[in-house]
Amino acid sequence: MDKLISIEQAVAKVQNGATVMFGGFMANGTAEGVVDALVARNVQNLTIICNDSGYIDRGVGKLIVNKQCVKLITSHIGLNKETGRQMTAGELEVVLTPQGTLVEQIRAGGYGLGGVLTRTGIGTLVAEGKQTVDVDGVIYLLEKPLRADFAILGGSKVDKAGNITYKGSTNNFNNIMATAADVVIVEAEELLEIGEIDPNVVITPGIFIDYIVQK
Amino acid sequence: MDKDQMQDFIAKRVAKELCHNSVVNLGIGLPTRVANFVPEGITVHFQSENGFVGLGPTPAPEDIDPNIINAGGQLVTILPGGMFFDSATSFGIIRGGHVDLTVLGALQVDAKGNIANYMIPGKLVPGMGGAMDLLSGAKKVIVAMEHTAKGVAKILKECNLPLTAVSAVNLIITEMGVIEVKSDGLHLIEINPEYTIAQVQEATEAQLNTDNVAEMKS
Repeated sequence: MDKLISIEQAVAKVQNGATVMFGGFMANGTAEGVVDALVARNVQNLTIICNDSGYIDRGVGKLIVNKQCVKLITSHIGLNKETGRQMTAGELEVVLTPQGTLVEQIRAGGYGLGGVLTRTGIGTLVAEGKQTVDVDGVIYLLEKPLRADFAILGGSKVDKAGNITYKGSTNNFNNIMATAADVVIVEAEELLEIGEIDPNVVITPGIFIDYIVQK
Repeated sequence: MDKDQMQDFIAKRVAKELCHNSVVNLGIGLPTRVANFVPEGITVHFQSENGFVGLGPTPAPEDIDPNIINAGGQLVTILPGGMFFDSATSFGIIRGGHVDLTVLGALQVDAKGNIANYMIPGKLVPGMGGAMDLLSGAKKVIVAMEHTAKGVAKILKECNLPLTAVSAVNLIITEMGVIEVKSDGLHLIEINPEYTIAQVQEATEAQLNTDNVAEMKS
């Protein structure tokens, strides 16, 4: 299968009401081209799963500013004032999740696990309404797996088989989200032919990737 | 001391707690300054929870790599020997007890070592980011902050803001002194000679044990 499609073809797959994961940490490693195309297409009622809500003009923040989201599952919203405003006004549901828990929920969703047990959040608001599990006398929170309809990744070097390497700190949530969605799309900063990435240095295996778009 | 000098003073004292070859995670704001005062002869591996160890200083303009940011979103560098990884590995390092020390700011800390530093309901809700994982996973937790919020006590009998973690704090370092959290409460173990014990107690809602108070190292 040829995985390479245009950004327009990619975002045409995302329907109103979809749940979409975005890689990136404060927009570092987020597929900006796909975000811009989703803003242009003005898809509505999105549920977004992302480490943070980006900035008003960078990363997933642009989708929030354009009022395309109804729910956000994230660890941090402090750098995008519009997220806080919409949350306070009751326009956007925000589920604040500890960062390490969020990535493990996604990993569980992608790795075939029924959830994860963590000490993080015990005794805090995060634990409210959640099941606890006693493992040999230690109490853990049960955090359930997270999956999405789409995962949108930002890759630094991507070959046409979908194998990905990342520069600097741009990996963050990308590599884990690659496993946890029905349709996985990577935006390649640099697109390479098959064989041009040494198999020894591949970070995200191409078998997880359905479509490749070029920045 | 003005605010800037006070933050450096606190950061300098925190830096004396750094151990050779340890893995350390610094929170944003005041704690970030600790990296400027690493004692001579000590090598510390700073972790950035967005996905690397070997966090280096702010780059000169000509050395900027837009692909490398710290957990506060600022452009930074990675030192030789450092390495990048995904967020699952990063939080495996944190929750798994591979971080020797974390230094965080706080809105409130209390006599049981509880800490609140991620939200003021209805006012300020930035979110917890990685703080809850760091507090539950790091081997040692130091809170580095100004002793009061413009005169209002932050070191309390009991936190009244939503907690970030329960019984997590080991040491509180402020411009007034160093407070150790023990099972029987808070012990003032060092005092800045510019203050009296009575002044420190007055600025602290929780009762301080002052049986063994030394002069604050600087």
